[in-house]
Amino acid sequence: VFTFILKFQHDHKVSLPMEQVIVAMQDPDLGIKMKNQRLLITVIPHAMTGNDIVEWLMKKYSIMEEEALHVGDLLVRHGYIYPLKEPRNLVLRPDESPYRFQTPYFWSSQQWPASELDYAIYLTKKNIRKQGQLIDYEKENYNLLHKRINHTWDFVVMQAKEQLRASKQRRKADRIVLECQEQAYWLINRPPPGAFDIREHGPERRNRLTSRVQLVRLHSFIIHQKKIHDRTFIKYSEQYFSHDPMMHGCPPSNPWITDDITHWALNTNTVSTPTKLRVERWSFRFMELLSDPLGRLKFMEYLEKEFSAENLCFWEACEDIRHGENSRIPQKVQEVYKQFLAPGASKWVNVDSKTMEKTLEGLRRPNRFVMDDAQMHIYFLMKKDSYPRYLKSDLYKNLLVKAIAPQETKRSVFPFMRRHRHSSPNPALVAQALEEDGKAKRLGSPRITSPATSP
Amino acid sequence: MCDQTFLAITFGPCDNCSETKPLMNIYVKNEPINYCSLCVERMACQGLGPNETLATLKTESETLKTKLEEERAKLHDAELHQVAEKVEALGQFIIKTRRTLKGHGNKVLCMDWCKDKRRIVSSSQVRPFRWRRHEHAVTMPCTWVMACAYAPSGCAVACGGLDNKCSVYPLSLDKNENLAAKKKSVAMHTNYLSACSFTNSDMQILTSSGDGTCALWDVESGQLLQSFHGHSADVLCLDLAPSETGNTFVSGGCDKKANVWDMRSGQCIQSFESHESDINSVRYYPSGDAFASGSDDATCRLFDLRADREVSVYSKDSIIFGVSSVDFSLSGRLLFGGYNDYTINVWDVLKGTRVSILFGHENRVSTLRVSPDGTAFCSGSWDHTLRIWA
Repeated sequence: VFTFILKFQHDHKVSLPMEQVIVAMQDPDLGIKMKNQRLLITVIPHAMTGNDIVEWLMKKYSIMEEEALHVGDLLVRHGYIYPLKEPRNLVLRPDESPYRFQTPYFWSSQQWPASELDYAIYLTKKNIRKQGQLIDYEKENYNLLHKRINHTWDFVVMQAKEQLRASKQRRKADRIVLECQEQAYWLINRPPPGAFDIREHGPERRNRLTSRVQLVRLHSFIIHQKKIHDRTFIKYSEQYFSHDPMMHGCPPSNPWITDDITHWALNTNTVSTPTKLRVERWSFRFMELLSDPLGRLKFMEYLEKEFSAENLCFWEACEDIRHGENSRIPQKVQEVYKQFLAPGASKWVNVDSKTMEKTLEGLRRPNRFVMDDAQMHIYFLMKKDSYPRYLKSDLYKNLLVKAIAPQETKRSVFPFMRRHRHSSPNPALVAQALEEDGKAKRLGSPRITSPATSP
Repeated sequence: MCDQTFLAITFGPCDNCSETKPLMNIYVKNEPINYCSLCVERMACQGLGPNETLATLKTESETLKTKLEEERAKLHDAELHQVAEKVEALGQFIIKTRRTLKGHGNKVLCMDWCKDKRRIVSSSQVRPFRWRRHEHAVTMPCTWVMACAYAPSGCAVACGGLDNKCSVYPLSLDKNENLAAKKKSVAMHTNYLSACSFTNSDMQILTSSGDGTCALWDVESGQLLQSFHGHSADVLCLDLAPSETGNTFVSGGCDKKANVWDMRSGQCIQSFESHESDINSVRYYPSGDAFASGSDDATCRLFDLRADREVSVYSKDSIIFGVSSVDFSLSGRLLFGGYNDYTINVWDVLKGTRVSILFGHENRVSTLRVSPDGTAFCSGSWDHTLRIWA
């Protein structure tokens, strides 16, 4: 019926699940019950209303009306269903408006590139059929095409006339249906400027030509399996439940909801009294304590009392090597060795002999990971020894007792209060201020309290 | 390492070269062997032996894959949602848009939170990319800026895209200063940059690319520190394991695989292939024991690293469009997914059910991140806006 020069199938992954929905909708037993719809003086068979579509989706997928309308609307926008009234308006109306299924021939998953030639033929047909039926953007496209593929224009006109002649020989209802289908197809594939464009997919993927040797032997690693401990996820979620603002609220209130930034003010890194939730969290796992700058500071205070602060200092110095600039690695490694590992070092750390031997060996060719073994050893030492004792210490217990536990404010208390929204301090500004502060210290001048270090 | 006790690599003398190195436990023709990574690579790169054709190798690969699945299935415990049957169900979940950020002239492609929990950086299709409230805008020399990241200090941002590069821009206080002048080109790939992330400091960046590799770079010198080969197609996303002492990250690609890598050795230590299409987003569970992925196959999945398999699938028949981005709430109980059908679906991670569907965006949701303190999450969309939900 319609001649298209190029025809090839792509794996159009977006459309396939949509097609499953469309096919289910047209199932003779469980699909939508279709009826004849009257369009002006003609009767169009196999049509349905917008309502039918929404209700079917709601029932089939057990979803609410809003979602069903959303899904149905997407089916229309992608050209699987088209409206009979107001065909240019590709939306799903949840009322008695009539719709029809697009013929699979025209599904976007068929992915012919909807060539210029085909579009030209279509526009020419429209033009011939009724002069002035083309709308502005179509007129523009028509003129552009006329220029661009002018050499084939005789063919275009000839095809258009042939197709029009063939369609005149059909029954009126069939002719109208075919015209609607074709129109819907081109509305999707050549949308008016500014309208939703189905062809937008983002940058092209799959630029690699062939799979490499990966296909071969490498798939053979079978790792020693452990049974799932599914309860780990349950335990973790339960433990953190009251700390998750989205599950449990956020004392005193979530700043994004109430515009009250107290919650953030109470939880900065420089606050003198931490909140109860925060101190509690340090007891969950060692990593929580270390990754909170305030937690780490308090832990350091404890270690100093125990005369084992060098462990944490060493660990921090190793982190600095691992994550610092490449160029400073040799220098840093030397400093760490002198301060922590060399015999008689001022902050000597107790690393076992095997690890020490290995580390010394590695020092000959210092790299980012040379301290890894020693760092791990000290980390475990702190985790298994100092950390549990810290949690039982008076220092920690006092923190917990003195910690702030703000009351959760009910939103209804402040229904109309609109607080001013302030910009948070620019971290770059804070960093600069700290640097200046540091410079001042080194130069021996009196300490300047920077106003930018606290919100 | 440390809090993660499931390291797959053992350490010892290689069966082939006898050097003491991290070893991979692999099977060749049903025989278990311990080769170091270099010897494994060499072996894999050998041409076809006698009686071997591409077809025979392919069948061998398929057999091994099936065997791998069988081994995994043997240890098949109950699925996560069955174990979680007794867990209390979540009540009605109310979350709304609290801020709508307009300022990009075009599709928002990526965003990241600053550690201060309030600032974000976002990137888009057209040249200028802006911070919240138009603090700064930088002219980029390419049209699609698909990746952006905030430095841990908050003093710099990194971004890149179709220019195949990742560049770092130090943030200045002077709003009028031309930031583009101070830009530093760090990463160079041979195809588009799909994602980037700073490691624990401002000094190193991890990138993933359409050229099929991931790479670790030294910011100061632009030097390549480590490259990661193993994907057989574009790599689309990555996420660093949330461990102070950890050294691993996960990546997802167009080859439908999610790979876990050891940053130190460059080796792929675990691989998961259960998605049916491109993996657009990967994100670690807060404890680091698992990660979630979102794919064009319209599902999100949870992979348990210690059990070495998929433990949950988050899908619904009415969801027929791909997932572009995923992230967990602070406790890991909720998984948020941004979808190509403009919606955000909220999943109960333990029970596998959908808690809520959020409407609001008028085009694809392209990026989604929960704030560092879990008080909100931000979504960016092709509708030119960013929304903050709480």
